[in-house]
Amino acid sequence: MPPKVSQEWGIKNKKESDLRADFLYQVANIPGGEKIKKCIQCGTCTGSCPVSYTMDIMPREIIALFRAGLIESILHSRTIWICASCYACTVRCPAGIKVTDILYALKRMAMEKGLFPKRFPIFILSKSFVYLINLFGRSYEPGLLILYYLRTNPLKLFSLMPLAFKLFRKGRLALLPKSIKKRKELSAILAEAEVMEMIVPERPYLQAIPKGPVPGFIRPS
Amino acid sequence: MTYIYYPGCSLESSAKAYDLSTRWVFENLGITLTELEDWNCCGATMYMSIKETISLVFSARNLALAERLNGEIVAPCSSCYTILNKTNKYLKENFILRAKVNQSLRRDGLTYHLQVKVRHPLDVLVNDIGIDTIASRAKRSLTGLKIAQYYGCQIVRPEGIFDDPENPTTMDELFRALGATNVYFPVKVRCCGGMLMTTFPEVALKLNKDILECAVANNADCLVTTCPLCQINLEAYQKKINKKFKTNFKIPVLFFTQLLAYTLGCSPKEAAFDQNLVPIPEKILGGSL
Repeated sequence: MPPKVSQEWGIKNKKESDLRADFLYQVANIPGGEKIKKCIQCGTCTGSCPVSYTMDIMPREIIALFRAGLIESILHSRTIWICASCYACTVRCPAGIKVTDILYALKRMAMEKGLFPKRFPIFILSKSFVYLINLFGRSYEPGLLILYYLRTNPLKLFSLMPLAFKLFRKGRLALLPKSIKKRKELSAILAEAEVMEMIVPERPYLQAIPKGPVPGFIRPS
Repeated sequence: MTYIYYPGCSLESSAKAYDLSTRWVFENLGITLTELEDWNCCGATMYMSIKETISLVFSARNLALAERLNGEIVAPCSSCYTILNKTNKYLKENFILRAKVNQSLRRDGLTYHLQVKVRHPLDVLVNDIGIDTIASRAKRSLTGLKIAQYYGCQIVRPEGIFDDPENPTTMDELFRALGATNVYFPVKVRCCGGMLMTTFPEVALKLNKDILECAVANNADCLVTTCPLCQINLEAYQKKINKKFKTNFKIPVLFFTQLLAYTLGCSPKEAAFDQNLVPIPEKILGGSL
């Protein structure tokens, strides 16, 4: 009897295989995303990262975990949120892997699935930002910070007052948000884009994987 | 060739000085900047981490508007510059995303045909106008001024369109030609933390401390930068850094256009020096006219 081999290579359960399909779709959208296959685990990305010292999973390990079929544990990590997208890893990767863009893809997946602690700072900052620019078409810095701190730590707003006042006195703080003229047209565009965002091919990558045992796993008789 | 000016949101508020000085420099070098009519936010790094297609639609709207004017976009903000270039790249290489974006833009009668080039003012000044032309127009000299040239991340990375991603020298050459001395500054493209200053301040404060420490230890008189977020992080948080790390930083951080405008002969008011939180030292102000 040949040993039983999973139908989908390296995948343990349904949840993980869904995450994998989602991840592979996101990576396929990145120009040059397919280079993720060429990772040699050299660790140049980790070494180049200015904030890797505070990460729980190193950038190199992210690709290793993806290969091992443990995407869920990446989504729970602090790493994807610490990345400030300075692109140092992307520039230095000898295999040309778009590490920063892959981290963006993971951020989007984690946000969609809600896999982060409650009142998580970056999630709230991004949400507030998106809310404001959907509304006005332009960003509004004071509004962004007020929304952000109201939802995370309202008391901190007071400690920011001296800096805000200083900036205001120098004329660097806009009191009112500036809006674009074609707000209505912008929301029509956004409504259509929302629909476009949802059009996703149905698990294209898993279908391409051949069914049956992995070649070479069974000793030829 | 017209240059279409895309200021971006932060140049309307916290980096007003960058906006004023960029306009002044281009006007005085005889180049017209036409502001893009009804531009919107580029989406920045934060929209990209929520929705991919919508964030591309946001920045592509600007590109589509600019395409009608048949020119190149000049985007001073590093983040806008990267995002607009990234949008161009994504739409060029991924026809499904391009179709999705154009389908959305059609709601307002717009389409984007990938014909707009996105440039940074530094790129335009050095490569289109030329360092020699700028140096010949200089009214003041920067002799004796020691500058730490801080490029930040997103102007040279990920593509390195007009300069090396590891060791850019465009700004160094520009200010050397104007008489300044560039100090040894190996962290010129190291990350300042960006929005981490709001979300994980303890991480960002350390990154900024490293940059300031390097500049001060190499005897720089000021830092010169190209990015609105780097400027505010490095300048406005010096007090906090001093408190946290028991340091004593008080070094001015200028936009490169501010210093350039002042060298080309504008008044301190026109260079918007009054908007800097750290007072501008006499060494810069006293440049011979």
